[in-house]
Amino acid sequence: MIRVILPYPLKTLAHVDGEVKLSVEGPVTISSVLDALEALYPMLKGTIRDHVTQERRPFLRYFACQEDLSLEPANVKLPDPIISGTEPLVILASIAGG
Amino acid sequence: MSSVRVLVGTRKGAFILTSDGKRQKWDVSGPHFIGWEIYHMKGSPADPNRLYASQTSGWFGQIIQRSKDGGKTWEQPGTKPGEPTKTPDGMPMGESNKFVYDTSPGSGKPLTTHQWYDGTQHPWEFKRVWHLEPSLTDPDTVYAGIEDAAIFRTTDGGKTWHELAGLRGHGTGPKWAPGAGGMCLHTILLDPKNSNRIFVAISSAGAFRSDDGGKSWKPINRGLTSQYIPDPTAEIGHCVHRIAMHRSRPNTLFMQKHWDVLRTDDAGDNWREVSGNLPTDFGFVIDVHAHEPETIYVVPIKSDSEHFPLDGKLRVYRSRTGGNEWEPLTNGLPQKDCYVNVLRDSMSVDSLDPCGVYFGTTGGQVYASADSGDKWFPIVRDLPPVFSVEVQTLA
Repeated sequence: MIRVILPYPLKTLAHVDGEVKLSVEGPVTISSVLDALEALYPMLKGTIRDHVTQERRPFLRYFACQEDLSLEPANVKLPDPIISGTEPLVILASIAGG
Repeated sequence: MSSVRVLVGTRKGAFILTSDGKRQKWDVSGPHFIGWEIYHMKGSPADPNRLYASQTSGWFGQIIQRSKDGGKTWEQPGTKPGEPTKTPDGMPMGESNKFVYDTSPGSGKPLTTHQWYDGTQHPWEFKRVWHLEPSLTDPDTVYAGIEDAAIFRTTDGGKTWHELAGLRGHGTGPKWAPGAGGMCLHTILLDPKNSNRIFVAISSAGAFRSDDGGKSWKPINRGLTSQYIPDPTAEIGHCVHRIAMHRSRPNTLFMQKHWDVLRTDDAGDNWREVSGNLPTDFGFVIDVHAHEPETIYVVPIKSDSEHFPLDGKLRVYRSRTGGNEWEPLTNGLPQKDCYVNVLRDSMSVDSLDPCGVYFGTTGGQVYASADSGDKWFPIVRDLPPVFSVEVQTLA
């Protein structure tokens, strides 16, 4: 199972506690993980990536195994520890504002 | 016995304030959607327990929330968790937060840019829903005023939204420009006597009217004068802050513009200034008494660069003559050291007798008057900055 850690506001939106565990068919990429996430939690559509362009929203970033993957193409295979479930994919919101 | 429900949208969540018809003791529910900006909440006139809320975030975008029980519980109207996200024929299911401009050749295609601050053309970009206006007759039909300015409609309770593209398409769209707060469509008024007539207002493009249910639109800005634009009497480009209507006289509208308070008695074909003896005619809110169609309320703000009450005194001004002659209402309001603002969607009235008047401030206070404005009291004092106030009068 793929493990995903959501930022707090999206956890409350999706009514989940802790990590989300997803089954992903085919190659495990940012794109396929987000597809699976949105299928399980449709209320998250549009909150992480744009509805139409599918581009990452600017104040969010993707981290895996201490690496920032935000600027990688969304169809690049994720690291093995993510695929095996050893490490989570972290969707991180920028810390700003009051 | 009648009661009132006050729906308050703030920078950090939503609050629901309730009282019986005496409006003396209040219950406060919230925060709902904690941490999110709630630009607007409004109930359906056809089903008062059906509420809609615009929940937004610079991080996560737009969410639409719906309640069927007067705000006790909320849901997003789209597809439920675990349900298929596509129809059997492969089409996407309802996505309640999806606002996509109509770019079809017949309507939106030539309208993909508007004027930017520097005069160049800039793409239309969805940012948020400023205002939700439920239909007067159908709880599942709601209009949404959005930034960048356009009007959308749902007829399935918020599951899906579609642009009424004739507004941007009537010809002046590429000349619209954002004000300092963004290019927002913030006012939607539905004519109770003519179901085909809709009024909207945009900062800073001006006021527009549709007489065919939203298919086509025309600017209604004759009589507006704005010294801050190249042609002060131009057809479009005016920074209208708010328009209000009394249900019994839908051809009479009252407008708080960037500067100037105005009225029309011919559904917007001609406007005239009624600022009269106001100490300053800059402001954001305007509303009409529930039972007296010539009694109107504004909250004067010092100027376009100093968004607080004149002399630090928070004063509502009331005209019982449809404008021009105004009286300050101060009883119960702070009369020194007050430097809050009252934003454009933050005033509302109930329909009890005597009429209740309510407004919220950027300092987090929601003030109420249970006697048409003669005396005021704070229902709450310490909320986050208030974006919007709507009142429901419940049987």
